[in-house]
Amino acid sequence: MNSHPTVAATAVPQDAEDKPDVVRLTDVRRHFGKTAALDGVSLSVRKGEILGLIGRSGAGKSTLIRCLNGLERPDSGRVLIEGRDIAGVSEKQLQPLRRKIGMIFQHFNLLSAKTVEENVALPLKIEGLPKAARFKRAAELLDLVGLSEKAKAYPSALSGGQKQRVGIARALAARPALLLSDEATSALDPETTHAILALLKDINKKLDLTILLITHEMEVVRNIADRVVVIDGGRIVEEGAVWSVFANPQSVTTRSLLSTIRPQLPDHIAKKLRQSPDGEAILSVDLAGPHASSPLLADLSAELPNAFRLIHGGIDHIQEQPVARFFIGVPDPSRLTPVLQFLKGRSARVEVLGYDARPV
Amino acid sequence: MTPVLFDLLLRSVWETLLMTFAAGLISLIAGLPLGLALVATDRGGIAENLSVNRLAGAIVNGFRSVPFIILLVALIPVTRLIVGTALGTAAAIVPLAIAATPYYARIAEVSLREVDRGLIEAVRAMGGNRWTIIREVLVPEALPGIVAGFTVTLVTLIGASAMAGAIGAGGLGDLAIRYGYQRFETSVMVAVVVVLIAIVCGIQWLGDRLVERIDHRA
Repeated sequence: MNSHPTVAATAVPQDAEDKPDVVRLTDVRRHFGKTAALDGVSLSVRKGEILGLIGRSGAGKSTLIRCLNGLERPDSGRVLIEGRDIAGVSEKQLQPLRRKIGMIFQHFNLLSAKTVEENVALPLKIEGLPKAARFKRAAELLDLVGLSEKAKAYPSALSGGQKQRVGIARALAARPALLLSDEATSALDPETTHAILALLKDINKKLDLTILLITHEMEVVRNIADRVVVIDGGRIVEEGAVWSVFANPQSVTTRSLLSTIRPQLPDHIAKKLRQSPDGEAILSVDLAGPHASSPLLADLSAELPNAFRLIHGGIDHIQEQPVARFFIGVPDPSRLTPVLQFLKGRSARVEVLGYDARPV
Repeated sequence: MTPVLFDLLLRSVWETLLMTFAAGLISLIAGLPLGLALVATDRGGIAENLSVNRLAGAIVNGFRSVPFIILLVALIPVTRLIVGTALGTAAAIVPLAIAATPYYARIAEVSLREVDRGLIEAVRAMGGNRWTIIREVLVPEALPGIVAGFTVTLVTLIGASAMAGAIGAGGLGDLAIRYGYQRFETSVMVAVVVVLIAIVCGIQWLGDRLVERIDHRA
């Protein structure tokens, strides 16, 4: 009589992602003494994506990234790299597996006694490649990162940005399936950071290389990541496409990490706000995706002339998606309801932050 | 200075250099691995093994706490066993090398410890094993300190070799005591001091130039 839907039909939709996950963590835990660095982390990194893992210092990011190449061993949980569980594998068995995972570091970690090309060729030397072949590959990689003319120089003669380029070339030498970036731009100035991130993005596109980057800077995630995972206290508190997390952050941690790069209500106004409905209502308006492309404020102004004033805000574009955040004031209490209705009708998220009894 | 004394001086220079460099070479060959072992087996090292670390540390400290002049005499049976005699320049090399090895091991240990742990992590992350870390990271990165420390060891050995005169080892110290002091030949004393200063300066200069050439740190 009634049909029983098969499990396959209702369960996991087999849509876009038929590529296997490069990394899959299941309930990974790691304790140092009594403190939990990782408190049950499960996540996956898809082939070809750039995943940003963000958190404050001490959130567990470094421990997590080190679990992926076995520099750190989890107390429990599964760590699958290209389908292979490395959590229980011996140090000796790990060594060849690590060659397929490149890593770049905050302080570059280049060997000072080796020239640039020797540094880049080192992973291949470890792999046992003959000298001619590894220097040929090193030359290709230095060309890729734009440092061919520095092949014979020693790292001490390079700038920070150049050192990180060498670090990237070295990490790519053994043709890894995954690149781990441990705060790779945190020691660089903003301009150099931009150039290094552009290079990583370029490599991601050119080589279809999967990148997992950890950072404490939202700016880095905003610039190059496809997805973001927010970690706090050894747990994942939020994850999603970068533009949607930026447009609608759910957790307190995410909001606070975003506070430096999202428009915020100016302090002098925020201080005056009261909760009792008296005076000018101050609203935050968030919207993202297709809704943010329409002339929302112009329409509001046409619909309800002189009902609001713009206080602060703007439209950002993340992953080619518009992400808008405005603060507006509605001076006339009687017009607050129509304004709210209009905005909600246009799929905006609106929040009445408070009332300013004595607007300037 | 008579031609006879001049010949003696030349012979003594040769004996001092022979003792210093032979003992120095042995302390380098034995002390560097010992220094590596001290670093590698320590807590958080690449081959952590605390009982081995404590044992090696105790042996090193034991040898280093005995004054050389006492070690020289105490090691006479060992010297006899190895060289066949306890007298002469060749015999003096044994206690000199045994004293210099733990000394150099400690100096090498300090340089090896200063190698940035991030570099070790980077090489581990690219799939390197312990041997790779020693060969590609620890030794090359610590090399300037290893060479500078070897220079210090050689200079110390020149001083120690003077004491080896006590067991008839010859050398400049022996010459200065027997002729300069006991026979009041002031010219011999002055000549020995000048030659020693020249040798020490020469070794130090060579060592410094070598460090300059191999040091590519910032």
